[in-house]
Amino acid sequence: MTRTPIVLSVNGTDHEVWVLPSDTLLDVLHDDLGLADVRYGCGEGVCGTCTVLLDGEPVNGCLILAVQAAGRPITTLRGLMGPGEAMHPLQECFLRRGASQCGFCTPGMVLTSLDLVRRYAGRGRPSREEIRYALVGNLCRCTGYTKILDAVQEYADLAVSGTGAERAPGVPPGVPPGVTAP
Amino acid sequence: MTTVEPRYAGRFRVVGTSPAHHDFVEKVKGSLHYAADWRLPGMLHGRIVRSPVPSARITGIDVRQARALPGVAAVLTAADVPSNAIVEMASGGLAELEVTMPVLAADRVRYAGEPVAVVAAATRQIADAAAELVAVDYEELPGVFDVTSALAEDSPLVHDVGNTLVSWQIRCGDAAAALAAADVVVEGEYRSQHVEHAYLEPEAGVGWLENGVLTLRVSTQVIEHAAAIARIIGLPQSKVRVIAAYMGGGFGGKEDMTVEPYLALLVWHTRRPVRMIWDRQESLVASTKRHPFIMRYKTGARADGTITAQQVEITGDAGAYPNLSPRVLFAAAACACGPYRVPDASITSRAVFTNNVPASAFRGFGAMQVVLGYEAQADALAERLGLSRTLVRERNFLAKGDLLPTGERLDTCVEVAQTMRRALALLGEPPAPSGPGKLVGRGLGCNRHPYGRTIWFRDRASAWLGLQADGTLLIRSGVTDLGAGQAASLCQIAAEVLGTPLDDVSIYIGDSALNPPAGGTFATRQLYMSGNAVLHAARELRERMSPVAADLLGVPPGELEFAGGRVRPDPAAGPGNPGVSISLAELAAACDQRAISTAHLSTWRAQAGSFDPRSGQGDTFPDYTYGTHAADVEVDTETGQVTVLRYAACHDVGRAINPMRVEGQIQGGAMQGLGYALTEDMGIEDGYVQAALFANYLIPNAQDFPDVLVDIVESGEGKGPLGARGIGEPPIGNVAATIASAIADATGVRPAELPMTPERVLRLLDERAAGTAGQEVRE
Repeated sequence: MTRTPIVLSVNGTDHEVWVLPSDTLLDVLHDDLGLADVRYGCGEGVCGTCTVLLDGEPVNGCLILAVQAAGRPITTLRGLMGPGEAMHPLQECFLRRGASQCGFCTPGMVLTSLDLVRRYAGRGRPSREEIRYALVGNLCRCTGYTKILDAVQEYADLAVSGTGAERAPGVPPGVPPGVTAP
Repeated sequence: MTTVEPRYAGRFRVVGTSPAHHDFVEKVKGSLHYAADWRLPGMLHGRIVRSPVPSARITGIDVRQARALPGVAAVLTAADVPSNAIVEMASGGLAELEVTMPVLAADRVRYAGEPVAVVAAATRQIADAAAELVAVDYEELPGVFDVTSALAEDSPLVHDVGNTLVSWQIRCGDAAAALAAADVVVEGEYRSQHVEHAYLEPEAGVGWLENGVLTLRVSTQVIEHAAAIARIIGLPQSKVRVIAAYMGGGFGGKEDMTVEPYLALLVWHTRRPVRMIWDRQESLVASTKRHPFIMRYKTGARADGTITAQQVEITGDAGAYPNLSPRVLFAAAACACGPYRVPDASITSRAVFTNNVPASAFRGFGAMQVVLGYEAQADALAERLGLSRTLVRERNFLAKGDLLPTGERLDTCVEVAQTMRRALALLGEPPAPSGPGKLVGRGLGCNRHPYGRTIWFRDRASAWLGLQADGTLLIRSGVTDLGAGQAASLCQIAAEVLGTPLDDVSIYIGDSALNPPAGGTFATRQLYMSGNAVLHAARELRERMSPVAADLLGVPPGELEFAGGRVRPDPAAGPGNPGVSISLAELAAACDQRAISTAHLSTWRAQAGSFDPRSGQGDTFPDYTYGTHAADVEVDTETGQVTVLRYAACHDVGRAINPMRVEGQIQGGAMQGLGYALTEDMGIEDGYVQAALFANYLIPNAQDFPDVLVDIVESGEGKGPLGARGIGEPPIGNVAATIASAIADATGVRPAELPMTPERVLRLLDERAAGTAGQEVRE
């Protein structure tokens, strides 16, 4: 099979990678670019452990070919981090609420939740039931979800009150703006 | 064992708080490296060739085409395995048939998914293609796919030695006579299904050779498998090293070996690094499952609800190989009567071979399936006698000092009544039905779940603590971390005793070569075992360094306070001079000057005992965790759909080392239990797994069930460190019984088969409408 060069724009940095037409975005991000925060969990688009933001929206990396993502902005969990390993406020909420046990689902949970809260920007916050609905594509086998929901709710509250939820320094240009402070 | 608690033990600074540990931080940042996140130069990719049929003779294997494929480095079959046998002997040779499991099947396959060959190639794609090119000729043989057929006289034999792998009995008194004399007798038969662990991280690992040592970095609960790997490859144990990465979940499914022997073979043959990651679909078909049980209960009681006798017969489907089935079925028998006094008991349990995928360890380990049995019996008794469900339970709850059917005396407190009151209180007022055709009901389920290994294994765990020159603390422990905070809890305990700030504690875990052995992370044993090992190591280290500190501070060694990275005169011991203190770094330097070591290795041993399989009497488990769950459900009588409206759980954990993690264990366990109760089923038919896609296997998602409300009882009495009890497994046990109890309360019909799907609930409602339900014996 023939490899072709593409450019993947991940967390604000362009990478030229040579890929097979059949390589999934997950394969390339995890194996070629060494992004351990994008994980194989099922390969069916069911579990959500390979979630990334593509053009700012959550997608399953296992259901998208790498060539389809060429030239489009991709954000992984690591892309939310600020300088000096500073955590995004949503990550801090996960930490504070004990929303992670084995941690395998955490990147997908955080990215899907962030997208949900961003979509509410300027029109309030998602309810707990809306958070549940948004997270049906991100499975967790350890926590029972309660603490994850607590964390996302806390972040949504922060976002509405404008107390620091807007800081997302790792988000590259081209991604729709996050929650902004009033 | 009784120890005098040092004076400082009653005042906790770190224990009982919920700090976020190193592992949490890495997980939330996405920077933790799991087993699949490892790459080495020249690394090959491994792939297992598995049997597509459940029972067959292998008449030929042709690997020539596969080997000829460019990029293929190895194609191995049974003939290439130096010692082609995995020997489990899970009961320690006490009772089971001797059956070995081949690493690669040679002439016979016994389940669909059994490994037949293993391939390594330069890329995953080539490995996949090579696996397809391995030509195996199968001559299909009759198989047996359920325990009832397997026990029939003319059944095909899964192994020549017979289909009953193990048979246990526990006896006390004369159950038959007591049942005959009972005022009432209730009977029931309960069935559970094959369940998948469904950890989100599939089985994975990387192996390589380093200084002649076969090294595997894998997702495993048990680094002690290094010994089995050494036997298979024919190496001295000192030449095999297993490193356990932090796991993306395990739940017992990574207690047996998964990728290890296959990685080991490929590394050994190719002399190159090899990575192996099982596909999710491969994991669904071929990884071990929870045992489906058939449980027959007969319970006798007096008119006031006092249980006088119980007969229990449990049959578990072991699948094609022994794995840990002998011990799972032992735990089932030992826990079959639950948290209740049963003066006359007769319990039998057996594990039966079938041509289904092997069943083995899964959170709850036999002691969880039986909760549905004993709790449904308690409810049925209450219903028969017209007594409340809580009254019948209170009348029979075990208490400290009581005897179990095995003849063991309970030597810690039993706070199950308190957990029952608290769990029910969490639910609040009962909800009203949401509309016509809807029925609401409330259920409860109590349990007694062991923590710690079966006693006859004489369990032990070691831990090493070293105070560094700068005052920071290093812990070395062979513990593996499932994500429940196994390593983090050890840090908290050490920090508590030695006064080291938590941020100054580093822990190195999960390495069979570099860490003192801790035993695997299973059986709810690591807080109990390694927690005690670390506690004792920390205390002994403190005792050793105290005279040095006392000398510097001018107070008696027993009157010191270790806190905040410093040592000072204990303010509780008297006025003294609170302004004087030394740092732990200064203490380390002073010890060094006096040639006193600031490192300490401690081995903690669990109590010993023995069990006599003939008399059915003896020692089983070190101790138990008790708890109660309660739920409100709504049943749609048109569709049979069960909606869980509220869910509450309460367990006595003795002492919560980290309350947030305790809560997390309870919530997670309850959620897994809800899947088991209502939606999860592998649906194995004629040896073929029906739920062969993750999309078909319904583990709970964020929308399926309500939040799990948690209350924690801290009786202060447990055999773990500082009076803790284990909480890893217990909270999955109560759930199915709780939901069945709630459905029965809502509808008047008692579900007896899992999962309680809409189809099954509807059938029960239809049967009742037709006047055929209400019979306590099924079929």
